[in-house]
Amino acid sequence: MSTNIALPSLTIESIRDGLRRKEFSATELAQAALAFAEKENSKTNAFLTFSQERALRSAARVDDDIARGLDLPPLAGVPLAVKDVIVTRGLRTTCASRILEHYVPPYDATAVVRLEAEGAVIIGKTNCDEFAMGSSNENSAFGPVRNPKALDRVPGGSSGGSAAAVAQGTAVLSLGSDTGGSIRQPASFCGVVGVTPTYGRVSRFGLVAFASSLDHIGPFARTVEDAATVLKIIAGRDELDSTSAFAPVDDYHAAMKHPVEGLKIGLPKEYFEGLGSETGSVIGRAIEQLKKLGCVVREISLPHTKYALSCYYIVATAEASSNLARYDGVRYSSRTDGSTLIDVYRKTRGHGFGAEVKRRIMLGTYVLSAGYYDAYYRKAQQVRNLIARDFTNAFAEVDAIVAPVSPFTAFKIGEKVDDPLAMYLSDVYTLTGDLSGVPCMSVPCGESAEGLPIGLQIFARHFDESTMFRLAYNYERSVKS
Amino acid sequence: MSATALAENVLAKYEPVIGLEVHVQLATKTKIFCSCAVEFGAPPNTLVCPVCLGLPGALPVLSRQAVELAISAALALRCHINPFSRFARKNYFYPDLPKGYQISQYDQPLAEHGAVNILTPSGHKRIGVTRVHMEDDAGKSIHDGFKDSDRYTYVDLNRSGTPLIEIVSEPDMRSPDEAYSYLTEIKQMMQYLGVSDCDMEKGQLRCDANVSVRLRGAPKFGTKAEVKNLNSFRFLKMALEYEIERQVELIESGGKVVQETRLYNVETGKTVGMRSKEQAHDYRYFPEPDLVPLRVSEHWLHEIQSRLPELPAGRRERFVRQYGLREYDAEVLTLTRATGDYFETAAKVSGDGKTTANWVIGDLMGLLKAAGIDIAQSPIPAAHLGELVALIGKGELSGKLAKEILPRMFETGDSPSAIMDREGLRQISDTASLEKIIADVLAANPKQVEQLRAAKQPCSAS
Repeated sequence: MSTNIALPSLTIESIRDGLRRKEFSATELAQAALAFAEKENSKTNAFLTFSQERALRSAARVDDDIARGLDLPPLAGVPLAVKDVIVTRGLRTTCASRILEHYVPPYDATAVVRLEAEGAVIIGKTNCDEFAMGSSNENSAFGPVRNPKALDRVPGGSSGGSAAAVAQGTAVLSLGSDTGGSIRQPASFCGVVGVTPTYGRVSRFGLVAFASSLDHIGPFARTVEDAATVLKIIAGRDELDSTSAFAPVDDYHAAMKHPVEGLKIGLPKEYFEGLGSETGSVIGRAIEQLKKLGCVVREISLPHTKYALSCYYIVATAEASSNLARYDGVRYSSRTDGSTLIDVYRKTRGHGFGAEVKRRIMLGTYVLSAGYYDAYYRKAQQVRNLIARDFTNAFAEVDAIVAPVSPFTAFKIGEKVDDPLAMYLSDVYTLTGDLSGVPCMSVPCGESAEGLPIGLQIFARHFDESTMFRLAYNYERSVKS
Repeated sequence: MSATALAENVLAKYEPVIGLEVHVQLATKTKIFCSCAVEFGAPPNTLVCPVCLGLPGALPVLSRQAVELAISAALALRCHINPFSRFARKNYFYPDLPKGYQISQYDQPLAEHGAVNILTPSGHKRIGVTRVHMEDDAGKSIHDGFKDSDRYTYVDLNRSGTPLIEIVSEPDMRSPDEAYSYLTEIKQMMQYLGVSDCDMEKGQLRCDANVSVRLRGAPKFGTKAEVKNLNSFRFLKMALEYEIERQVELIESGGKVVQETRLYNVETGKTVGMRSKEQAHDYRYFPEPDLVPLRVSEHWLHEIQSRLPELPAGRRERFVRQYGLREYDAEVLTLTRATGDYFETAAKVSGDGKTTANWVIGDLMGLLKAAGIDIAQSPIPAAHLGELVALIGKGELSGKLAKEILPRMFETGDSPSAIMDREGLRQISDTASLEKIIADVLAANPKQVEQLRAAKQPCSAS
């Protein structure tokens, strides 16, 4: 049987080797991953739904290919977890919200289609903040996720379940979504690799919209190489998403193996002011390491960073207020009956949405209202352009930008729930990536004294994921060996 | 007060000011943002997919055909096509609006600054077209016809995502008749272009009106009311007449017109207040982030322009010029594209436009009307009618006989010459043949000839 498969240390490559050498079958691996995930779930609550049937079906196909001596696709048999804001055909997709508690989509997201076509085995849907709104995963209607590295702490959010699943070893890969930092911050908190690709790089078709102009799908993995493999598969133009880019997808693996000697790295001074001393010194050591690898490091400025938070909470909430209008109880969402139409709307949405979602809908409705649009939404769009220009200017001088992911490490569950503003500050270093649309990622770079993971954030030029992966890969290899 | 033609004294003192917002359903094969078919009368909720159902995670993709039809319409309306336009979300809650917003265009529409010419009793008049923009249609709420309709409304989303253009006019119309002519012109134009079938019963052409009145000579417009639900030409005229009289009576009795949306009630012939300015929706428009801006290149524009057919106004002028028709006849013959095509095919065969026009407008249309048949399905092919006119021209057929043959052509679908041959109805103008026939007749009737000669009197026909 499969109980001796060392799940937490598996990678795409080691699974491939294991399958080839017949150390385990894809079915055994899927069973082991499902059993482990179910067992761990009582501790972390990382999964909302397990997809036993679908996983075994995918695994059987891989085993069949092996039996017939066919070439294995790149993700053959690899256990994958999918954030529950990404739709899966026939598999419940709740967005961690009461309002979609029983919703079963009739179609698959493009990213899911592409990964399954390459042999990935979806073992389940992961917990997250409701509609991806939050930084701690405490906004889930189905209970918070606990950080596998410290069970009394949050895994970060909103893709907390996807980060936790990869960190605890129940999944080798997972998909998350990032609108303001929802992949990088939990990756940093849980000690895994998390990638937010360039806006338009990965199709959003099937990603339940929070803020359409900021939403990204991206991978979590335990190694840079695995994250790059996933991105390579899900990236590229999709006819079903008009905002997906035609830009060609590079060979990330070839690119990342080039040395980084001479690579020009910028350190934005705004990201190091007010940084916790512990995080600061871990990041400082990582930067020293980059210098040792031959990177040319210099201080730069992204002067409009201080406006990112207010800009973000206008743009994101405005779009959210519109995107979440469809949950009205008329078609697929849970309905609470009422005496009039407006009463049905009020009750359905009143019962169905959690506090943070309501807060953002109200904020977004307000900033789009007649008489306020110019002062808020239009102004925020102008600020957004300035933030994007900061990056363009910086990338005229440097090849990559390095910064912390979060000002602090994983905090205790309950610590910030009553203080939305303190919670929003968790994302202060990650928002600019989404607002500007540049690719960015978190790569593990050390731990606090308490053993809490800390991530290093890397930004690169639009569609230049290759340089981002190259820096991350070289760094990762240099600290592992 | 009833919706009758406006009283003279009302119009002597007050001037109505009317602008129309016309929605035209584009004749595309698919919906505007997904590949579902557009079809009328399919079983409820069968022409739907994740996109037009507004399912979580679905995204719109703009139909190229819809854009091309919209551009064709805008070109025909003599608009400037913006090289860069943008979609926007119009947010409001309604059960048949599955996304919770309509995807429309707002501050950057597809086309602007156009015009339509209409014929009025005092000649041609230019009605400005403010803008033409694209949008998706909502589904349909069905409030009755089910056994639990007293408690439930049913929703059919087959129509959700049907492509529409909205044509917004300037407030340039000064009477219900002008509004009627304007809408007629739009309908004809759209049908000519193949942009829309404009079947009002199927909701393919819908109209709202902005109406105000002012004292003649007053420099400023009065406060306007928006009248909705004007879904036939007759209702448009009746509703406008009613609304103008209502506003005039209100002002005359010392009241004030309030800015509001009013609904025309077909049963009572009256308009009823629906919501005031204060209750008006705040649609919270903002740019649609799921669609990239629409760019129309010069090249694409020229390509579409080169495919545009001749429009009614141009064709009308050409008919007068080329065939020497009267303006009225030219207008009748260009009412639909099919009529114009029929006439031209027939005229080409006959070589006589004017006479052909008389036959099409008179006898043929009479026959078609009596049988309830559209000219496109006429049992008499245009070439046959042309042949008939040609035969008259050559003197082979008298006008009187032609009028007898035409119904036979209508019944049988045969050509006039075929019918004449079969029934021996050919008019003979060849003297030699005629003399031979006369000789034969005389030879066959010697007795009568004898009598006639003896009497030296003409024979009576009896």
